[in-house]
Amino acid sequence: MADGLLIIGSSQAGVSLATSLRALGYDDPITLLGDENHRPYQRPALSKEWLQGEITNESLMFRTHDYWVEHRIDVVKNERIIRIEKRDDGSGVAHSLSGARFAFDRLALGVGARPRRLLLDGVDLPGVLYLRNADDALELKARVPDVRDVVVIGGGFIGIEAAASLNRMGRRVTLLEAATRLVPRAVGEETSAYLLDHHRAAGIDVVLEAGVRRIVPRGDRVGGVELSDGRVVAADLVLVGVGVIPNTELAESIGLVCDNGVRVDECALASDGVTVAVGDCANLPNPVPGAPQGDRVRFESVNNAIEQAKVAAYAITGRREEYARIPWFWSNQGDVKLQIAGLSTGHDRTLVRGDAERGKHSVLYYRGDRVLAADCINHPLDFMAVRNALSKGLSIPYDAAADPSVSLKSVTVDPTALVGAD
Amino acid sequence: MPKVTYTDHTGESRIVEANVGDSVMETAVRSGVPGIVAECGGSLSCATCHVYVDEAGLASLPPRAEMEDEMLWGTAEDRRDNSRLSCQLRVTDGCDLRVTTPATQV
Ligand SMILES: Cc1cc2nc3c(=O)[nH]c(=O)nc-3n(C[C@H](O)[C@H](O)[C@H](O)COP(=O)(O)OP(=O)(O)OC[C@H]3O[C@@H](n4cnc5c(N)ncnc54)[C@H](O)[C@@H]3O)c2cc1C
Ligand code: FES
Repeated sequence: MADGLLIIGSSQAGVSLATSLRALGYDDPITLLGDENHRPYQRPALSKEWLQGEITNESLMFRTHDYWVEHRIDVVKNERIIRIEKRDDGSGVAHSLSGARFAFDRLALGVGARPRRLLLDGVDLPGVLYLRNADDALELKARVPDVRDVVVIGGGFIGIEAAASLNRMGRRVTLLEAATRLVPRAVGEETSAYLLDHHRAAGIDVVLEAGVRRIVPRGDRVGGVELSDGRVVAADLVLVGVGVIPNTELAESIGLVCDNGVRVDECALASDGVTVAVGDCANLPNPVPGAPQGDRVRFESVNNAIEQAKVAAYAITGRREEYARIPWFWSNQGDVKLQIAGLSTGHDRTLVRGDAERGKHSVLYYRGDRVLAADCINHPLDFMAVRNALSKGLSIPYDAAADPSVSLKSVTVDPTALVGAD
Repeated sequence: MPKVTYTDHTGESRIVEANVGDSVMETAVRSGVPGIVAECGGSLSCATCHVYVDEAGLASLPPRAEMEDEMLWGTAEDRRDNSRLSCQLRVTDGCDLRVTTPATQV
């Protein structure tokens, strides 16, 4: 066991895997390799606090240099793996674009996802940007001082967060979303409607059901965005946030089954039974206890990268630990702090609590009397209560929760105890 | 240099030299002090950076803001009067803060 573990991708998932392994006492060599020319850093603030200059570059770093050295984690920057040879026992050699070879006894993929590119006239003009990594963010931030009009294409989390940050930074921001509401895939209608009102009131020109025809040049750079109705929205900068595509090419090249991500089991093991895949690149069995059999998901969240990396670390150290957790997510959008606990898929009714006027409320998602999830807006008390209840398998009866004066924590009950009482 | 002492629930302590302006959370996480998880990286969204502040240092800290206070009602280990979220605590010049980490953050 001289070569140890090679982790490709040194971001949230790769870092969490390496640090979890050392915390578990794993002693073999670990190489944490990535193709970016930065020390491993955290992404979420790139569209929020960091973009607005509220925190420094140093605050984004996962660990100090000394930590990596002390824990014998060999951090390799700026090496892009382009080819892997893998033997049946899971060992092999990875080859990088620069010609370097990285031999491994075992391989982990934390290669994440890349932004989906727009395929339209004008998308290659200078000033059309994406936001996935530090280089993207550095370019965006560097351009902001010279920019007045910004068009953000895509009303998902990253698009809205960046739009809200740029709006706060005094730019004139138009946000284009193709669907009939904001963040249609991740939040319910009530939350979408609130976000729409809020961001419009804050000064962002949000256009729903927007069809984008092409990017219009001004001179040799971007000048605007032409919509399908012929209207042209002026833009000195266009930021595209229309989702991501999981990086599965390496996994496919070594014969691992992929389907919207690298297919893994409850223990983060890929189809060869030995390679692990974690984070945004992985397609996994839904980890929510009680989820329908066979249901699979691919998350794009810090929480998932951390939790899945933990079970992968157990798998690598030879202990079988299945991934069973309640997912959660956060998104700070200007004055909105959105926290989401659980997955709302399959809900049949919702309950809105709190003071939507004051922008402090939550939307609870129920199936029957079982709470599945909550979107909490500037309402950490409800968020923590729902997350804790779901994590412990407790329930928050609908009728009790409907009373806005009670705290959710105080009406949380053990459903098994209820059955016994009948 | 200012420093922060982190004592875990078993009583074991680690002293970490800190930079002025950094949070008590980042100071711990970046050098791998166990006991603080900090999933959200300091965005005041996760409550997995909960600490108990030693009485001596408590008065020198600015009070909790509303959001921090609300989050503390849901921490994995119950809050006490000296509970804080360490991502909200800034290291100041000459500070010598002592905090205890709970047995669990999640
Ligand atoms: C702007 C922004 C804001 C976000 N905000 C939030 C938030 O508020 N809350 C939240 O929960 N999540 C948020 N996320 C999502 C979160 O950051 C991701 O879920 C997380 O980064 C996933 O980690 P990962 O390690 O799986 O993948 P990634 O972070 O995508 O990292 C994969 C790494 O692998 C490298 N790589 C890929 N292929 C190769 C190769 N062949 N050779 C070498 N290296 C390679 C990539 O360059 C990259 O560095 C945000 C993401 C972005 C971009
Ligand atoms: S680090 Fe998440 S709340 Fe402090």
